[in-house]
Amino acid sequence: MGRYIIRRLLLLIPVLFFISVITFALAHAVPGGPFDREKPLPPEVIANLEKYYGLDQPVWKQYVDYVTDIAFRFDFGPSYRSRGRSVNDIFADHLPVSAQLGLAAIVIALVIGLPLGILSALKQNTLWDYLGMGLAIFGVSVPAIVLGPILILIFALALHWFPVAGWGTPAKMVMPAFALGLRESAIIARLTRASMLQVIREDYIRTARAKGLSERVVMVRHALKNAFIPVATILGPMFAALLTGTFIVEQIFAIPGMGKYFITSITNRDYPVVMGTILLYAVFLVLANLAVDLTYAFLDPRIRYT
Amino acid sequence: MTTPEITSQQKAAQRLSERQGKPANLWLDAWHRLLRNRAAALGFILIALLLVTSLLAPLVAPFHYAAGDSSEAHTVPAWLIDLLPGNVASYAKVSSKFLFGSDYLGRDILSRLIWGTRVSLPVGFIGAFTALLIGLVYGCISGYYGGKLDNLMMRIVDIMYAFPTMLLIILMMAFFKSTFADVRPGTVAATFNAINDVIDSVMGLPGGGMLFIFLGIGITAWMGMARLARGQILSLKEKEFVEAAHMIGAGDGRILLRHILPNIIGPCIVAETLAIPGYINTEVFLSFIGLGVDPPTPSWGSMISDGAATLRAYPHMVLFPALALAITMFAFNFLGDGLRDALDPRMKGTS
Repeated sequence: MGRYIIRRLLLLIPVLFFISVITFALAHAVPGGPFDREKPLPPEVIANLEKYYGLDQPVWKQYVDYVTDIAFRFDFGPSYRSRGRSVNDIFADHLPVSAQLGLAAIVIALVIGLPLGILSALKQNTLWDYLGMGLAIFGVSVPAIVLGPILILIFALALHWFPVAGWGTPAKMVMPAFALGLRESAIIARLTRASMLQVIREDYIRTARAKGLSERVVMVRHALKNAFIPVATILGPMFAALLTGTFIVEQIFAIPGMGKYFITSITNRDYPVVMGTILLYAVFLVLANLAVDLTYAFLDPRIRYT
Repeated sequence: MTTPEITSQQKAAQRLSERQGKPANLWLDAWHRLLRNRAAALGFILIALLLVTSLLAPLVAPFHYAAGDSSEAHTVPAWLIDLLPGNVASYAKVSSKFLFGSDYLGRDILSRLIWGTRVSLPVGFIGAFTALLIGLVYGCISGYYGGKLDNLMMRIVDIMYAFPTMLLIILMMAFFKSTFADVRPGTVAATFNAINDVIDSVMGLPGGGMLFIFLGIGITAWMGMARLARGQILSLKEKEFVEAAHMIGAGDGRILLRHILPNIIGPCIVAETLAIPGYINTEVFLSFIGLGVDPPTPSWGSMISDGAATLRAYPHMVLFPALALAITMFAFNFLGDGLRDALDPRMKGTS
């Protein structure tokens, strides 16, 4: 197990290498530079700026400098647009916000999606089933871009239950987390129901019942654990995506998160911020997928890693 | 049991009598199953209505999408004013001139919604169409010929798949926007711009930049379809009927078109119908972040973006585009689910 984890962590190195090369190349292939303005700066100023940030060097040298800074000093470089702030500062300010929001959204998604999926599988063609499937359709049909404003309209402006927007108190987190989590909960409910329906027809469930185990033990220990495997699979990427921030919800609810910063950095050609965020996302993704793979072993004892 | 159970034999006999002895037709049967599904039929009708609306946009829309008077900005329709939360009535201009009110430039929201169907629907259909066209051909070739070619083609898909789609589209749109901004005759950019102008004027949205959105979505849409088609073909090409077709001397093209394609097209159509809301959502997202259609072309995404900025003061600006988007997405999802049940009844309720 220990060796397996180390091997998977070592796999991060080639993954990050490829991703950094591709994003670096793409970012430099897009015409226009970070110092383009409506009113062009004098060429001397641009030359000075480029010299300051090392942009006058050949591209391969820029890349090597960038990577060695990250690898040896964990320094993601300066931001071209936010003067005086390094990418590390930006991460420190905005990433915790996005991560909190993302975690809350995942919790909401699991709390709604999992029980509803299980119930609708166990009580097929009852009210619970219709509720679960209704949520599944609702979740994929009403994106956060629609749900966010509608939630604000109903629960903030009409009912005054929650503040309209902003960040900092638990009450301000409820609506954005819900807007983010509903779609995920729909996906989870749908997947849980499908895999649960498949699992409860397996032979080992019949065996467990034949042994005389109580229905609750059969369902929780035998059915649910196995049915959770495909759900765990999608949780990995979901986790990585939500932790690094989502633009729309952060924009609508005026949340100072990473997603908003990321999109503005792309349009501003603030390459260090863009690349840093993508690399961070890749790290999260690999770690989340590793965690998922490790839970497989817990869920299904037949899965072993050596 | 209150309802009498019908055996499968009785069901088959009933269906035979419904057909009045005519031979079974897979597509006709599927069509009847689709119509019996109320949600799917509703989705179908809604999509048809939206299509007609977008075709007849100049006739249906009461105003032009770009026409507005800033003295009439932010008017709220009289029928809505009491339904809105807060004290909108105390400061907003109330007018019955616009059914859904007007936006921050005094443009009619209803007209912009109607013209906006010319952005959202084509984006959805073009996305699905390019996915089917490129993905199906790619997947068919890869799956049917197999071997080294298959390996190479699928690794290309894997690499593109590994890259976050949204990021790829954003970078591409940023690339298009900056590269094709300067127009000097004779360059590639000028050619693209000329094609774009033709497309925009055919759609009645001059200056919309629709080609670039189609490109952005089309380039990223086909990979899932290629995988799906390949997977289907891998299991089909070993079947006896393909072997039989080989035996009687059918060529590869004929086998693919006449024998394999009819067998895999069902799941592919279902997958693409269910993918259309995703394409529409992508365009909405792009327009929301300002990388989509160029103003004043009405996109539901940019309308939501404008509305969200003044959500507290003028909620009606965001309400209608949001509802329109949700209804459209519901319609496609209903239709897609219904299509799946109709084309493959065994799959019903499993995924």
